Amino acid sequence: MDPQRVRVYQIEALVLRQQDYAEADRILTLCTPHGKLRAVAKGTRRSTSHKAGHLDLFMRAELQLAKGRNLDIIIQAECQESYDALRSDALRFTYACYVAELLEYVIREDEQPEVYYLAVDTLRRINSEVNPSIWARYFDITLLSYAGFQPDLYHCVRCGREIQAEMNYFSLEQGGLVCPSCYTNRALQVSLYAQKLLRFLQRNKPADINRLTVADTTLGEVEHLMLLYWQHVLEREVKSAVNLRQLQNEMTIQSQPLHTNTKSKQE
Amino acid sequence: MPTTPKPVSRLIDAFSRLPGIGPKTASRLTYYLLRNGKEDAQTLQAALGDLYSGITFCSVCFNISESDPCALCTDASRDSGLICVVEEPLDVLAIENTGRYKGLYHVLHGHISPMDRIGPDQLRLQELAQRLQGGTVREVIVATNPTLEGDATALYVARLVNPSGILVSRLALGLPRGGDLEYADRVTLAEAILGRHKM
Repeated sequence: MDPQRVRVYQIEALVLRQQDYAEADRILTLCTPHGKLRAVAKGTRRSTSHKAGHLDLFMRAELQLAKGRNLDIIIQAECQESYDALRSDALRFTYACYVAELLEYVIREDEQPEVYYLAVDTLRRINSEVNPSIWARYFDITLLSYAGFQPDLYHCVRCGREIQAEMNYFSLEQGGLVCPSCYTNRALQVSLYAQKLLRFLQRNKPADINRLTVADTTLGEVEHLMLLYWQHVLEREVKSAVNLRQLQNEMTIQSQPLHTNTKSKQE
Repeated sequence: MPTTPKPVSRLIDAFSRLPGIGPKTASRLTYYLLRNGKEDAQTLQAALGDLYSGITFCSVCFNISESDPCALCTDASRDSGLICVVEEPLDVLAIENTGRYKGLYHVLHGHISPMDRIGPDQLRLQELAQRLQGGTVREVIVATNPTLEGDATALYVARLVNPSGILVSRLALGLPRGGDLEYADRVTLAEAILGRHKM
């Protein structure tokens, strides 16, 4: 059958954003294996809506959509996975917002199954793993490479020489490490531990991440570096990072460490 | 080529800026007002003119009101030991319509939404903390929307209120009246089971 004539289709999707629309509708921004999609969920702001509970933020749902003139309309929704810890933990919720915001900026409106499966896996792990921060960093590194901005961590992006095990620098403009002899005051200092963590995340599969223990200071350094790199690449502010930092500061003041470990065992 | 008269296109333009109104509906509303004579248009004009001159925000609960403090906050018959925290002024109206709540309100004017850079500082949370210092409040009822963002907002309210020892409660979550059990989603049904009550 001619795909142009298909009026109703099914798709699996992750809800990234909701915007109120008209009397009781919402426009949803969805991440799907076929790329980004915006669709209307009619009547989902009413308490009696059958679909609303299947289409909350960050839910993974099986959807049936009808082709609309501008936006497609969700006619059926069945929740496949909901991440319940995001409802009771403000930090996990804010990490999920960070992931969703980056996805919204990065994903295109064409086939990108690898980005969709990365998004689902990351939300699942932010929801359930002890340390959501490390999974957000794995997401950063992997999404950067899917988006074509994989940072070079093995050779100096200026002179091309192999990076030595010492304090090096990061160039946002050139997207990679810079050796001390090529250093200019625009490059950011990167500790040896942070370099090792970045390389580990770039080289390894999710299954290997769980055996990783990282000091909070190293995670904080990498988080800051990734944020600056994203903001440089996207040429815009990553808004959820503001809340994330505020929440982390509050938790440090209250002396509630995000995770308990002391020394790094990064490679 | 026929052109729309300027006053008409200006009104269509103004209507279509409102949420949920597209250019088609805007044109329909404008031509309705033209067709129905001056009276309807004048009533609308007067109502719009009074909107900003007659309205203020209550400095206690931050609800929209004709006076400051608002009629609800100054009503001596209401229980000042109860504060119901809502996201928007329309939520106050919805709860008032139930006729079952006789306490006071606190309107946050939004919910936590990190992706839109709306954090606790952008909501009226510090003002809520100040209201609790008087010592008269014994319970804070969190009536934010049952969405993930509403839940996150409720978490922030609870974190703010809990150190003071005041009871924090959340509106019950579960099945809507008139709904159908077989269509209920997993999360709602699970909450309904957890929130079941003795008969």
